[in-house]
Amino acid sequence: MTIRDITGLIDGKVICCEDRLSSSVEYAFASDLMSDVLTVEKENILLITGLTNLQVIRTSEMSDISCVIFARDKKVGDEMIRLAEENNIILVESPYTVFHVSGELYKAGLKPIY
Amino acid sequence: MQIRHKIAGGDFTRAGNIASAVKKVLQQLNIDHKQSKRIVIALYEGEVNVVAHAYSGVVDIDIDSEKVRITIADKGPGIADIEKAMEEGYSTATPQVREMGFGAGMGLSNMKKNSDFMNISSVPGEGTKVELINYIKPDAD
Repeated sequence: MTIRDITGLIDGKVICCEDRLSSSVEYAFASDLMSDVLTVEKENILLITGLTNLQVIRTSEMSDISCVIFARDKKVGDEMIRLAEENNIILVESPYTVFHVSGELYKAGLKPIY
Repeated sequence: MQIRHKIAGGDFTRAGNIASAVKKVLQQLNIDHKQSKRIVIALYEGEVNVVAHAYSGVVDIDIDSEKVRITIADKGPGIADIEKAMEEGYSTATPQVREMGFGAGMGLSNMKKNSDFMNISSVPGEGTKVELINYIKPDAD
């Protein structure tokens, strides 16, 4: 599924790397615990989270996560955007809750990691 | 190739800078992607541990044709019971560390999972030293 389609389903606002919206992901993982994210072995994953700090971007960089969706209208900071730009990570803000975002994307065919 | 970096305890804004730099080096060296990812994740977990628990640390990365050897040595409270610290879920992290999305007691076990060899030695009241080795081969594709 392309990030452009995903953004449309969750009323998402693209904060970073709009030029990469045609890239696609196969799996999604929802967590506020970066320790959990770091144990995920799959590739081609999107992260859904309610946590907004620099380590979300660092964790995504190390885990090869190409897109992060920030739920509950959480706002992404400037330093996070700078780091995401450097690493080509797409950032999307959504007004929906983590549960709502997850539900919409699951319904549309994104797969859980297990 | 030998690289040395310093880590300041408590500075969460810079946690991951070393792993990020090493990731780029491993990409340039064309190291197998899966192994490269394991190395940077183990190193990142190690950086977060120093930032979360210690006063300061030094990371030495030694890359040769067979392996990547990482040594993370910190000055800090040390670990009194290493076996206990290795248990998944056991943590002494502060609420601040947990707010950053860490401190769930999974760091050391994830470092072990993402390395081919790991050794921890610690002197309580002085500091901790973690040695990680990952064997590498050039990327097949």
